[in-house]
Amino acid sequence: MKRFESHGQGIPGTQLGDLSGWLIVVEGTDGVGRTTHVNKLRTQLEREGYAVAETGLTRSDLASRGIRRAKQGNTLGSNAFNLFYATDFADRLEQQIVPALRAGFVMITDRYIYSLIARAIVRGADPHWIKQVYSFALRPDAVFYLRITAEDLVPRVLADGPFDYWESGMDMPMGEDLHDSFVNYQGRVIRELDELALEYGFHTLDATRDVGDIAGELCERVTGLLSRRAAGPVA
Amino acid sequence: MRPENSYGQQPNPYPGKLFIVEGIDGSGKSTQLALLAQWLRGEGHLVIFSEWNSSPIVRATTSRGKKRQLLTPLTFSLIHATDFSDRVERDIVPALKAGAIVLADRYVYTAFARDVARGVDRQWVRALYRFAVTPTLAVYYRAPLDVALYRILSGRPKLKWYEAGMDLGLHPEPNESYRMFQGRIQEEYERIVPEYDLASMDATLPVEVQQRALRALVRPHLKGVARDPHGATREIRESVRP
Repeated sequence: MKRFESHGQGIPGTQLGDLSGWLIVVEGTDGVGRTTHVNKLRTQLEREGYAVAETGLTRSDLASRGIRRAKQGNTLGSNAFNLFYATDFADRLEQQIVPALRAGFVMITDRYIYSLIARAIVRGADPHWIKQVYSFALRPDAVFYLRITAEDLVPRVLADGPFDYWESGMDMPMGEDLHDSFVNYQGRVIRELDELALEYGFHTLDATRDVGDIAGELCERVTGLLSRRAAGPVA
Repeated sequence: MRPENSYGQQPNPYPGKLFIVEGIDGSGKSTQLALLAQWLRGEGHLVIFSEWNSSPIVRATTSRGKKRQLLTPLTFSLIHATDFSDRVERDIVPALKAGAIVLADRYVYTAFARDVARGVDRQWVRALYRFAVTPTLAVYYRAPLDVALYRILSGRPKLKWYEAGMDLGLHPEPNESYRMFQGRIQEEYERIVPEYDLASMDATLPVEVQQRALRALVRPHLKGVARDPHGATREIRESVRP
């Protein structure tokens, strides 16, 4: 059996048979604390001797600059934006994720296709269509979903500065002002993530708990997963 | 795959008309489309041209990807779909809503043929383009491979990396790689023509004979189509290129 499989037809021209490593996803909406937990997890795993690599949305060599430019002027059509993100993801999958797995790394990704699917659905994309677009993606070993409600999210995000235009869904917009649009938009994104959590079997973690507790649980679950299987292709 | 989740299920619901031409390089389709535009404008119709790779924001990424050879079959397919989607949202649909005639030199079928020739999954790319409006009329210019290749290669072109299909490693020599790649694309087109009921044109016929046939195909669709308020006096911007 292959260690990794894609959700659909796979990646054109890429053999998945020689991949080892682990693919760990941390999901959750904007401002929920994903980056903090990814960093803590990385440090802990490295301490235990695992080689760790990391990626996250819009960090591709190919498309990150273009997406940044497109966001500045909000001049790209909404469906085109969905596909631009898919391009960025595909580039990272092929150029970052697959090579890291081939080398036996633990690949931690700060959001995966699920956030991209959720934000596309909230912006009007057909759910079945956008899932089909992303069907080339690899199935992760585990998806940890930091869950929060939009109401609990507001004070956290505000503590770090004003509401962000895109994180408030102002390209649509979904309310009278930034606050209202933020609450409505994030509420919709969280609902979509909740549905995806059931469909794809995420491990849900309550993000309102103490940061140290969450980090501890996350680390325990991941190390448990890693120790169940030594790195290298499973026969 | 269920067909309702694939391209071709969105008939043009707008008052405007979408006419598109397809075919391998050197099939003469662009010449035919330019001549069609001249005729339609002369008849007083409002005509909009739409070309591949025309969205300014996406174009910067595409050309960077091509220049640095960053594109794989998958990202090549996705960045072109991104560009195309922006074109649909920004140019094609608004013009069709306004009742204009939209002419497209290449449409989704180019992606189906080219991406599959690169190894992308046939059903996946059809699903990817599900958002696209189905054309009023799609015409495929069928040219023997040798004829089309002669038209392109006799001009001693500097073929670009992806244009020649060099990313596929078919042949180390660009012209030979291009021949093999175009052959694959043509095979895909031959599969697409019956699948989507494209009209076929014999691209070896004299230009004016082909043009008469094209106008005959287009004419039945022109009933009730908006006229350009400035009519036939508007200067024609697109010139007919060889």
